[in-house]
Amino acid sequence: MSPTLALFALQAHEPGHLSDGGVLAEFAWLIPLVPLVLMVAIVFVGKRLPYKGWELAEAAMLFVAVYGVTLLIMNASGGIYHEGSVEIARIGAYTIEWGWVVDGLSIMMYSVVGVVGLAVFTYSKGYMKGDVRYTWFFAAFTLFAGAMLVLVSAANMIQLLVGWELVGLASYLLIGHYWEDHSNNAAAIKAFFTNKIADVGLVIGIIIIGVTVGSFRFNDVLTAVFDGDSALAQVAFWAGLALFIGAMGKSAQFPFHVWLPDAMAGPTPVSSLMHAATMVTAGVYLLGRMFPFYQSDVFAADVKTIIIVIGAITLFAMGLIALVQDDIKKVLAYSTLSQLGYMTVAMGAGAYTAGLFHLFTHAFFKGLLFLAAGSVIHAVHSNNMSDMGGLRKPMPWTYKTFLVGSLALAGIFPLAGFWSKDEILASISYDAGHGGGTIASVVLWIAIAGAFVTAFYMARAVYLTFFGEYKGHAHPHESPKIMTYPLIGLAALSIVAGFVNVPGVYTGFTEWLAARPFSMGDHHAESINFALAAIGLLVALAGIAAGTRLWRKDAATQAERDRFRIPVLYPVLEHKYYIDDLYRVALVDPIRGPVARFVNWTNTYVIDAVVNAFGGLSMVLAKGVYRGVDQRGIDLAINAVAGATGEAGEALRHTTTGRVQQYAGALFAGAVLLVLGLLIFT
Amino acid sequence: MLVTQFLILGALLFSIGIYGVLVRRNAVLVLLSIELMLAAVNINLVAFGAFLQDTMLGGQAFALFVITIAAAEVGIGLAIVVLIFRNRSSANVDELDLMRW
Amino acid sequence: MEMFDDGWGLSLIVFLPLAGAGLILLLPKAQEGLIKLVGLAFALLSFAASVVAILRFDFGAAEQFQFGTDLSWISAIGSRYHIGIDGISLPLLVLSTLMTVLAIVYSLNHWPEPHNPKAFLVLLLLLATGMNGTFVALDLVLFFIFFELVLLPMYFMIGIWGDRAKIRLPGFRREVETRLYASIKFFLFTLFGSAFMLLGFLALYFKSDPHTFDMVALAEAGQMGLFDGTFGAWVFAALFIGFAVKVPMWPLHTWLPDAHTAAPTVGSVLLAAILLKLGSYGFIRISLPILPQQAQDWAPIIAVLAVIAIIYGALACLAQTDLKRLIAFSSVGHMGFVMLGISTLTDVGINAAVIGMVAHGIITGMLFFLAGSMQHRYHTRDMARLGGNMKTLPIIGGLMAFTAMASLGLPGLAGFWGEFMALLASFNPLDGLSLVVFRTAMVVGAVGTVLTAGYMLWMLQKVNLGEPSEEWAGKDLHDADKFELAAWVPLVLGIVAIGVYPKIVFGATNDAVTELVRRAFGG
Repeated sequence: MSPTLALFALQAHEPGHLSDGGVLAEFAWLIPLVPLVLMVAIVFVGKRLPYKGWELAEAAMLFVAVYGVTLLIMNASGGIYHEGSVEIARIGAYTIEWGWVVDGLSIMMYSVVGVVGLAVFTYSKGYMKGDVRYTWFFAAFTLFAGAMLVLVSAANMIQLLVGWELVGLASYLLIGHYWEDHSNNAAAIKAFFTNKIADVGLVIGIIIIGVTVGSFRFNDVLTAVFDGDSALAQVAFWAGLALFIGAMGKSAQFPFHVWLPDAMAGPTPVSSLMHAATMVTAGVYLLGRMFPFYQSDVFAADVKTIIIVIGAITLFAMGLIALVQDDIKKVLAYSTLSQLGYMTVAMGAGAYTAGLFHLFTHAFFKGLLFLAAGSVIHAVHSNNMSDMGGLRKPMPWTYKTFLVGSLALAGIFPLAGFWSKDEILASISYDAGHGGGTIASVVLWIAIAGAFVTAFYMARAVYLTFFGEYKGHAHPHESPKIMTYPLIGLAALSIVAGFVNVPGVYTGFTEWLAARPFSMGDHHAESINFALAAIGLLVALAGIAAGTRLWRKDAATQAERDRFRIPVLYPVLEHKYYIDDLYRVALVDPIRGPVARFVNWTNTYVIDAVVNAFGGLSMVLAKGVYRGVDQRGIDLAINAVAGATGEAGEALRHTTTGRVQQYAGALFAGAVLLVLGLLIFT
Repeated sequence: MLVTQFLILGALLFSIGIYGVLVRRNAVLVLLSIELMLAAVNINLVAFGAFLQDTMLGGQAFALFVITIAAAEVGIGLAIVVLIFRNRSSANVDELDLMRW
Repeated sequence: MEMFDDGWGLSLIVFLPLAGAGLILLLPKAQEGLIKLVGLAFALLSFAASVVAILRFDFGAAEQFQFGTDLSWISAIGSRYHIGIDGISLPLLVLSTLMTVLAIVYSLNHWPEPHNPKAFLVLLLLLATGMNGTFVALDLVLFFIFFELVLLPMYFMIGIWGDRAKIRLPGFRREVETRLYASIKFFLFTLFGSAFMLLGFLALYFKSDPHTFDMVALAEAGQMGLFDGTFGAWVFAALFIGFAVKVPMWPLHTWLPDAHTAAPTVGSVLLAAILLKLGSYGFIRISLPILPQQAQDWAPIIAVLAVIAIIYGALACLAQTDLKRLIAFSSVGHMGFVMLGISTLTDVGINAAVIGMVAHGIITGMLFFLAGSMQHRYHTRDMARLGGNMKTLPIIGGLMAFTAMASLGLPGLAGFWGEFMALLASFNPLDGLSLVVFRTAMVVGAVGTVLTAGYMLWMLQKVNLGEPSEEWAGKDLHDADKFELAAWVPLVLGIVAIGVYPKIVFGATNDAVTELVRRAFGG
């Protein structure tokens, strides 16, 4: 109940300064549609094309990238807001629509999906060369792009849900791309299933909000928030929590994080675009879309505490696991979890811009890191860092770009990660002083500690991969140009992306995101908080230094590395806090095993037994009735009559001699008898 | 009293006819015996007709009917007997038990 | 065309298959080609007539019965030949005629053993008449006759062409052939329900004044409160048993897995696609409008049973080893969502139920087609022996994956709308219904979607993915042929079309349902 937040409700306004974006915004529905249509084309004609369908996928991403960046530039120069809808059904009092929204938030996402997607798709042409299902890979990948764009262009919650689950489907398909191996399938199912559990929250949240407001449009919901709709206020906490549970699933927040590391079973470009840059940020995007709902005190502001705590747990706990992973992709996966934790923390701290800014920069450098890791994996045919080492010489471009990505991730000035992480730290610090209270203060320290961990595990990854002796068996070589050029492009973006939002100097990004019909009511720093920036930078440098000391081959003795294996902590980290095991033992195995069997057993032996018992009982009864009553009672009498008749006939038929004279005699005798009778009795 | 003699005659003739039908083996004789029985009936009819002074002459008229039927019956009966005799070389009614059980 | 509107059109849709069956009976058994041609032609004509009905249907007045006629029929009991369709029956009628055509197309290349196309087609067309008739009947006696008419052909289909494997039932000494057990169970179970239903109909007849079997008149009487009180409670209970067996609702569902598993492919398809809908259609068409007061009393019970069915069906699926049996149990869960929608007694819920029925018809029909085709090739339904189907039969495997996704309610495909809207409706049921019960039902139902996803994915993993088993190596397992594709492509298109543009169904149902709810419940 801080005065700032109370004031915020008064700031609602219909900004007249936004342009409608003209024809480009009007046709923004093409952004999701083009990839989806091309996806269908790839499925049906892809194999017959010269590049086996890759060209269509690349064309789709090129289209999205150009469209998105054009919108971004237009938005930067004035601010765009446009929303269009097509009704696809009317059911009772509700209208179901297909909508597209072109505002600061969605334009930012279009650009990220387009640009990172373009890089990843280009890279994939080299990486996936000779793959068993090359065309199908691009079809599914394009499906993902389309679905992701459906999600971010959604003007209403139902469309968001459609995109939300379709990206989940694409994720399932691509994680299980090599489905001959059942361990990949298990990972794919785990991803889909975990998300589906969290989606229960999303669905329930959407239903609660949609029914209460009477509309599924984000605009109507947020208008209700600004109007102080009391009915919505009553359910706001539960609805907000439910939506956040959905976001936790997609953004892999603790305790739904388990699917993301396993999702690394998919091809590396998939990990890059989906499981680092875009798809997993959908949860953060949703929080951003619904931001004022969480920001207002009478609505779901209480959920923010939960959000910030969940985010903090994720950012720190998952960062620690990254320290003990040998699989380079898993290191990056846990790092992604940790960074998503940062974004979530920012959202929980009421920092709309900071959270999404980190989403923006993270997309570039984490996408880059995965692609560079993929380049290494491509060269050494192994995911494990124990099979790598000393690769900086044979793979100079991969090394350089990976290094740029690592430094950006670690938050070293002046790379992109520095600016966005600093913005988050500043926001938490602000929140700690303005309503966030002790929790925010604690989270601030966790976030700073997290920065140390981040730098530490990235240093470890860099040293183990690129320094020391080569320990693998393949003959590493630099990847082809089609793979290195995207790396270089993304590296360049990782360097410069932070400059779009330097507090006090150029805050373009803040304005881009603010191009929405509602005031987000978030706080963003007017100038750089030099103290925090210095702390953040120092901590990161300390992390790198520690990593260097421990992992640089020349500097580290085996004893020192063993000391790193802290007795209790190390096994706990290695087993990922036993959370996966807990889920398996407590949830998945019982349901799939005993519970399901029990239900099936009841079906056969209880319900069906009753049915069969009716059947059996009626059989027994029927036999009793048949033998006792029918056969021995009624039928006996009937048969007795029939038998007697037969016997009598048998006896009497002998009178039919065929001799006419006997008949005549009998006739005569009869006549005589009759006459005698007549005489006697009358 | 006039009717009594006729009735006795009729009864005798009828009894002779019965005897013939029941005892004789030759089918022709059986047929003739039937004719005797019919004649006995005719005598009775005519006698009663005269005795009762029936103005409609019912007894006599019936007797005429019976004679006609008897002639037809004998015609058909003899034809059957002749056919049986041709097929079986016998007109013994004891052997004609085709309609036996 | 005027004649079409005056009841001839619907009569054609209903009785053309019967005429086809009669004609086939006259043809000599040896003329197989001609028999197939006649069967297909009459089914197509019936379908074409239903398409004409769509084109001529006045969607602006979807709440009114159209193309109707009301002729004197059995005047002694006042039963009339009263037919007509509104926005609720139209989608189901079209689904029924379409599935009949597809079933025959599929059959052209997949006659079940023992080979006897003549008998099979006669039964199939007879079945079509029963199904179509149920959706157009507006007279209780007429409804009952059509409702029962479907039993006979389906009984023979399962009994003659069913699975001949022997099973040992718990508690029984002798083994029995699956087909015999399943067909008798199906027949008796349904007849058991129908007996109660008939009693209910008769009770309504004798209570109404003047005595009538006319649904429209009875609904008006019911909405005036004529059937309130104990009388109505008994009648509703009787109708409930009749319809609940057919739906089927837990715990009256156990005929379904046996019948679906034992039936020949086409039988399973029609059973799942159309026959199950007769029960839920009966609830919407008869129970709710005629007995609105009792419907409100019963709604929480129906909701609880529906939710149990959702969870129970999903869990039972997880324990199955037989592919067809798994799909059969999935029907229990999906029909649970339909019944959950109906039990809310709101326009949203009943709309959800109808689209759920249509979607389930298409999707589960498709799943049974695919399972049947796989059994046709592998000669087993045991999922442990399948596996790697994507490698051996890529087209069938791909369609299986697609349909399974639709079945688990993936947004953008047909199955989503029924589930989502049913949950939405149960958040906000009719005024006066217990919010606690229905909101709990919503949460449990939502959890049910997770389990549904679980067993579908698990089934896909077992059947489709991984390396194919050794035993299929070198076997010539041809992929989908043109008859199969001809039967399946319309279904796939339907799944996508309804998923992307649900107005295809809602456009017809919405006004009709809203009006029904307004009249019955004033809501």
